[in-house]
Amino acid sequence: MCHSHEWREWAGWLAASTYEHSHEREYYAIRNGVALIDVSPLFKYEVRGPDAVRLVNRVMTRDIGKCQVGRVMYTPWCDDDGKMIEDGTVARLADDHLRVTAAERSLRWFEDCGYGLDASVDEVTEELAALAVQGPNSRALLQELMPHAGLDKLSYFRLTKGKIDGFEVTVTRTGYTGDLGYELWTPIANAPQLWDSLMDKGNGYGATPTGIVALDIARIEAGLLLIDVDFFSSHKTLIEAQKSSPLELGLGWAVRFDKGDYVGRQALLDEEERGSEWALMGVEVDWVHLERLFDEVDLPPRVAGRASRSAVPLYKEREQIGQVTSHTFSPILKKYIGLASLRSLYARPGNQVEMEVTIEYSRQRARATLVKPPFFDPRRKKE
Amino acid sequence: MSMPEKYDAILIGAGHNGLVTAALLARAGLSVLVLEQRKSLGGAAATEEIFAGFRVNTGADDAGLLHPEVLRHLDLERQGLQFVESPVLAFAPQPDGPPLTLWRDPAKSSSEIARHCDDDARRFPEYCRLVQRLSALLQGMMTLTPPRLHKTSLAEAYPWMKLALKVKGLGKRDMMEFLRLLPMPVYDFLQERFKSPLLQGVLGSAGVSGIRFGPRAAGTTFLLLYHSLNGGAPAGRASRFVRGGMGRLSHVLAEAAAKCGAEIRTESSVSRILVDDQGRAAGVALATGEELPARSIVSNADPRRTLMDLLGPARLQPRMMRRAGNIRLRGTTAKLLLALDSLPRFQNAPPGDDHLKGHILIAPSLDYLERASDDAKYGRISRRPILDAVIPTLTDPSLAPAGKHILSVTAQHAPYSLKEGSWEEQAPELADLIIGTLAQYAPGLQESVLHQRILTPLDWERDYGLSEGSIHQGEMGLDQMLFMRPMAGCGQYRSPVKGLYLCGAGTHPGGGVTGAPGFNAAREILKDRKRRGDNRRGV
Repeated sequence: MCHSHEWREWAGWLAASTYEHSHEREYYAIRNGVALIDVSPLFKYEVRGPDAVRLVNRVMTRDIGKCQVGRVMYTPWCDDDGKMIEDGTVARLADDHLRVTAAERSLRWFEDCGYGLDASVDEVTEELAALAVQGPNSRALLQELMPHAGLDKLSYFRLTKGKIDGFEVTVTRTGYTGDLGYELWTPIANAPQLWDSLMDKGNGYGATPTGIVALDIARIEAGLLLIDVDFFSSHKTLIEAQKSSPLELGLGWAVRFDKGDYVGRQALLDEEERGSEWALMGVEVDWVHLERLFDEVDLPPRVAGRASRSAVPLYKEREQIGQVTSHTFSPILKKYIGLASLRSLYARPGNQVEMEVTIEYSRQRARATLVKPPFFDPRRKKE
Repeated sequence: MSMPEKYDAILIGAGHNGLVTAALLARAGLSVLVLEQRKSLGGAAATEEIFAGFRVNTGADDAGLLHPEVLRHLDLERQGLQFVESPVLAFAPQPDGPPLTLWRDPAKSSSEIARHCDDDARRFPEYCRLVQRLSALLQGMMTLTPPRLHKTSLAEAYPWMKLALKVKGLGKRDMMEFLRLLPMPVYDFLQERFKSPLLQGVLGSAGVSGIRFGPRAAGTTFLLLYHSLNGGAPAGRASRFVRGGMGRLSHVLAEAAAKCGAEIRTESSVSRILVDDQGRAAGVALATGEELPARSIVSNADPRRTLMDLLGPARLQPRMMRRAGNIRLRGTTAKLLLALDSLPRFQNAPPGDDHLKGHILIAPSLDYLERASDDAKYGRISRRPILDAVIPTLTDPSLAPAGKHILSVTAQHAPYSLKEGSWEEQAPELADLIIGTLAQYAPGLQESVLHQRILTPLDWERDYGLSEGSIHQGEMGLDQMLFMRPMAGCGQYRSPVKGLYLCGAGTHPGGGVTGAPGFNAAREILKDRKRRGDNRRGV
């Protein structure tokens, strides 16, 4: 099925970079049709027991106590010093049962944080398949497969359960594309059947197997962060400067101070009072200026078709003020965009900055404007 | 709901350190409540009438480590505290050979040592001077708050710089010797100096007192110096006792605290430390369910128990929680308390009973000490235990009915975690083993026993609240000293939770009846109050 034979390592698994030779059709499936993305390599943990909510709430910066049964929350989590370990989603499956997704192995951390609490943490990464069904047609396709699951009423970041071909599937209205979309969770044995059913029924909806390359473009458009690219887990950094706090990464909305103590709270509170040194912003490159830079060496403007994960410096009047950690040409916006970590002093929407571009082996600075992400935020995402 | 009165400080535990803190805080004008779970005050510095007519030191016997600054500050001697000093510091009998007696007077000791080895006798005075000089430096550190490693302020560092100058003032040779000796195994330290196995064993036993390591472990010389404070240099113990029993010290401290308004409640067991929404310690809950609010909570309980049991791991950030869970306790000490009909008669003992007034030591050689710890290493009671016995009734006959005596024996090693069996079943066997061992040196001892009680590490834990029966509230290894006591990031009497302080032996400088942890903790608590401007009572 993976015609490109192009794979990428993802948490110890191989994931298709693109299924076809070019990622383009896959990208447009996310934005115009429906993309099927195998996200099973996500680490998955189930937390059960009378103190399950307390345990998860102790780890997370958001108030998981407010996560009612049937709700899903996106949340970062931090170390003792309020530095980001990573982020993921928490799904409240029952009063005493939550499921947490993570990009990195987290069992030891969760267990450590839960020491002394009456709750168990089990890793179910290899037991549970996860399939992202993303794109404007995703709801219609899923409704056809599971007409009784009430998907028409399922709000953003809510979950429901239903059956496909007789086996149970948990559906969460979540995703990493910033579009209308769902993620399906089912025991791994059901995964091939689930995939086939979606592909069978998906013909008329433009269902397309989609790889990581297309997903990477979509997530930058949606302003979503990628670990090891836009930030680094504080458990893996080599120096202090490589760590960042959720407040520095534009995730202040997901950090609560009114929910009681949790890991990193005091440090985050101190930072909140002090003001963060860094901030995360979107960058929109001035295409006309970029064109002019290319023109100076008699070239037409050319940017990579894929998202770049190598950071480039960001300048303000010759001073480096930060770096653009992910950047891509957005096919749907027809803009060159990026996510940047920069000194908070400069982090104002509309601020004119310069991003380094390499043209004919020569480093240039292309004019750019700071914007507040997301770059692409269709109403259908939440409707 | 009517709120009970909010105390400025609630102390958990009326051990001697807790009482020192309570007295100092109360004297500074704070409203203080001390909660003690046991019936008697003093924790491991208590005197209890466990046999009718016999008032027995159930924990520590020797008050020689009590810091002079604590004494002076609280003016304890004027309040009725009296010490009795034994002329003999240590007496080490042998089953078939001459015993060794170490006197307070080094010259007298030298002539005793000469009976065992002439060279040793010649070197002994120099040894005493060295140990005295070096332990005097430790003495200076005991009442200083260890500096933080990362953000040491000038104010914090200043007293240590003064001390560093003192170390420098020792002269180059002594300074080098000091730095060389601190981490050194006491085995090598003594091998370098003496030949007599008995002398080595007696001195070396101070280096392994209360720890599970043997004399070949690093850092044991440090412990020898620690126990040689206040004139204890010639034997590694000071043989200074409190008239009326160790519990008298606790009572004098309690009276000093009460005089300044501190309230002391015994048989009040704290089950939880309460924390408010802001993550600040706000009070305690008693086992009865009663909740008592306070501005500061000061725990004399050991750090593990305070942080992991009373506060709860979920109140700590993971790093601190891991550290608190990893504090090495490993209680290894048992105590056998005997009421005797007559004094024990040791073989080849000199006439009179002076030799029995200090510590009676069964520590015949360094190898004996090492083998005793070998057993403990593998979870066994030492087949040949190290014994440190005291007969307090010789220096203070008021403790027992006329003509009767108390023999208080500290035995090592009795590891908290037994590889086989439980302490419930092993306790009587241990008592027999200790009596049997002593009887090899003092035949007929069994016949004079009127009553006996054995305290195992499990008893220390259950009855005295010392986790794993660690009498020092955390093993006195080099890695658990100074700013690393009880654990890194927590070395200044402040727990990771605001408003919660530690004041017990688990904090710097460590175990023994020194009063120093309690003294230092009080200073830090008052400093914090001043910083907060919380000064209404005119401290």
